[in-house]
Amino acid sequence: MNRPAKAHPVGLSIRDGTKVYPGTVALRDVNFDLRMGAVNVLVGENGAGKSTMMKIIAGVERLTSGRLILDGQEVEFRSTDDAARHGIGIVFQELNLFPNLSVAENIFISREKTRFGIDIDKAKQREMTRALMKRLEHDIDPDALVGDLKVGQQQIVEIAKSLAQDARILILDEPTSALSAAEVEILFRVIDDLRASGVGIVYISHRMEELIRVGDYITVLRDGIITGAQSMEGVDIPWIVRHMIGQASKDFAKEIEHDFGPEIFRAEHVTAPNRHGGFDVRDVSFSLRAGEILGIYGLMGAGRSELLECIIGERRGYRGEFFVEGARLTAQGVAGRIARGIGLIPEDRKTDGLVQILSIRENMTLSSLSAFTRGIHMSLKREAETVRDFITRMTVKVASPEHEVSSLSGGNQQKVVISKALMTNPKILLMDEPSRGIDIGAKAEVFRVMRKLAAEGLGIVFVTSDLEEVMSLSDRIIVMSNGRITGEFNRDEATETALVEASAKGHTPDTPAEPVTEDAAR
Amino acid sequence: MTDSTVSMSESQPGSGSALLLLLKARTFIALILVVLFFSIAAPNFLSAANLVIMSKHVALNAFLAIGMTFVIVSGGIDLSVGSIVGLCGMVAGWLVLHGINPGLGWSIQFNTFEICLIVIAVGVMVGALNAFLITKLNVAPFIATLGTLYIARGSAMLSSDGRTFPNLNGNPEYGSDTFRWIGAGDMLGIPVSIWMLVIVGLGAAYIARRTPLGRYIYAVGGNEKAAGLSGVRVTQIKYFVYMFSGFCAALVGIIIASQLVAAHPATGDTFELNAIAAAVLGGTSMSGGRGRIGGTIVGAFVIGVLSDGLVMMGVSAFWQTVIKGIVIVAAVVIDQAQQRVQARVALQAQAALGK
Repeated sequence: MNRPAKAHPVGLSIRDGTKVYPGTVALRDVNFDLRMGAVNVLVGENGAGKSTMMKIIAGVERLTSGRLILDGQEVEFRSTDDAARHGIGIVFQELNLFPNLSVAENIFISREKTRFGIDIDKAKQREMTRALMKRLEHDIDPDALVGDLKVGQQQIVEIAKSLAQDARILILDEPTSALSAAEVEILFRVIDDLRASGVGIVYISHRMEELIRVGDYITVLRDGIITGAQSMEGVDIPWIVRHMIGQASKDFAKEIEHDFGPEIFRAEHVTAPNRHGGFDVRDVSFSLRAGEILGIYGLMGAGRSELLECIIGERRGYRGEFFVEGARLTAQGVAGRIARGIGLIPEDRKTDGLVQILSIRENMTLSSLSAFTRGIHMSLKREAETVRDFITRMTVKVASPEHEVSSLSGGNQQKVVISKALMTNPKILLMDEPSRGIDIGAKAEVFRVMRKLAAEGLGIVFVTSDLEEVMSLSDRIIVMSNGRITGEFNRDEATETALVEASAKGHTPDTPAEPVTEDAAR
Repeated sequence: MTDSTVSMSESQPGSGSALLLLLKARTFIALILVVLFFSIAAPNFLSAANLVIMSKHVALNAFLAIGMTFVIVSGGIDLSVGSIVGLCGMVAGWLVLHGINPGLGWSIQFNTFEICLIVIAVGVMVGALNAFLITKLNVAPFIATLGTLYIARGSAMLSSDGRTFPNLNGNPEYGSDTFRWIGAGDMLGIPVSIWMLVIVGLGAAYIARRTPLGRYIYAVGGNEKAAGLSGVRVTQIKYFVYMFSGFCAALVGIIIASQLVAAHPATGDTFELNAIAAAVLGGTSMSGGRGRIGGTIVGAFVIGVLSDGLVMMGVSAFWQTVIKGIVIVAAVVIDQAQQRVQARVALQAQAALGK
């Protein structure tokens, strides 16, 4: 599968590339070569700088310093259009499609085939779309609305959009995250085909087997620095993990040793169907003891957040049972679940965690107003006292609790969300990516709080896609992939390699043990 | 009741916060300016009789605007209030004139209090219908209440074939002769409808500031998803705001029918727009999550005083409409400025902490 390096000329390269965002350095003196007629895989943890680097190549972002060289000439892309004119196409991780337009309209958006520059030639667009779909071996109707397609099919449309622009360089950012095994197989055939015709492909993925199978060259990024770049020969999963994680592990939380209490929460056979006829969560069972931190590791779309949504009661229509302290959880809806002692820290602070235009005080007490209320009268004085108390306890840095919560930094906002959940006196705390989008200092503080809460007897379930985090923080680790639990480890037996392998189960097309997913069977 | 536009939160030093205070109190300042202007420009403007008449006019719009404020703060809109006024007026008129006739050769008659309860129930039920359409059937608030606007107006027309119910003097035998008192009577020299406005206004302000229900209304309007995930029962909150809006509209229907001693099915046409204007003038954000009852009432007074004052000055009705429009647009523009200053002051204070 791996081809000799000499056959692949360098098409595009970045020299001494640095990209600075306010507050962080996303890329630091990066040297990257993109080889034509080959698959260049790019790997690294979340926030390592993969997407930033690709955005620079695709003209979305520009380098703060350094050079971008295309075919031996220094270039600068001012926009995605500019990059597209140079033959660069990108399929973003978040799909950039218009759900209210048809497949053909999406593929030719802003490059419509027209007669005399006015009238859109629908027949021609439809025909070209059909040809593209044939090439991609998918039978998607050009007139179907994109919003009606399954996520996997939408991904295919996105790829077709790039193909339609005759891209010489094609960047695929986690193209398989939403695809079923059979669809992945087709995508790989398309990639082989493109590679043979001389297209330079950049392939970003978290799924190690996939990378090893499809890649010709590999580049590993960590914290904005390239830690390894070579041809795929001799590369195996331990090699990748070693370069991804590095040796010096960041010490997140000092241990507070404590004994676990009795079982405080149990989930039995939870299965949650999704809108597309498949399942987000399949037959998940686990139990949690008081004082225990259970880490759920998995890739994006593995069903982790969806599992938490079932537990907190936001999602209806799942099957399975939950038990709190041995008693079956019958309450429907979020309010009832909170009353039974479950708290949730949602993944997306901005859209799910906070009411941005309300004050810090009002956000903090939103879940626990009944504690300050007698009859219908709310004691603003006691509310303010409790808020002050929590601000001190959680070391939230605020000028005044009356300011809008949006004036806080990410880390402090997260502490407000955590305070909100803690004010309801939960027994079980569900945390979805608690360290997302906050700086390293705030991260360490959040983790310290988690440890402390566990020592006080709270059961914590936390979801993350950061290997280091899950390894250093959890007492026990569950790995989810494709909606299922694919591995369970105690803290002393967990290894990074084992976690990564478990998180890719059910995705590699050549794993015969896994039955074809529902999506593909339809 | 007018002081609540002024921030009750702590005051910060600095020119930014002085400007902020000025901006926050703008509706109140506008009211003072308008009153000052007319007391000079229009003779008799400040006479007691004129003030009473004016506040009676203002009260009608203020009731609707209070209900509208809750709806807008929760992130919705209620276009149906004007029609509910018309429908409720007709129901009141029908009950005073005919009672309920089950078709058995006899009829049930009600006293004034019972009539009011039934009419209020009708208004609340239209509000509940709005909430049902919006929460259970997922109709956008604009469309749902546009639909009930026509339904309620049509029903009002049907109830009398478009005719007026005249002479709603009631019948002492049934205890409904006191119906006129609601619109014409007074206590301690102040009209009954003003007393009602004081009670409803204070009640609404209390709900908004001192009860969990009020807090939830703001949270739902600010971020419905986050509110739901925090355990707020979003559907119940929406039912409350639309039913409360229907309740306010029913009160207006009763008061107008009583004041005119007649019920006309076209009563309340375009009242919803005046109510929205008062709420916006009072600082309510159309995108939800922000607004105060006190501000809305001041807003209603600004609009009311402006139109009555212009009438007294003899300005043409066409010019009045233009001026009203300009005032509303200006209010929103100033509101935007306030938001920017407010955010800047908060960010500066936060930055002063050293992150």
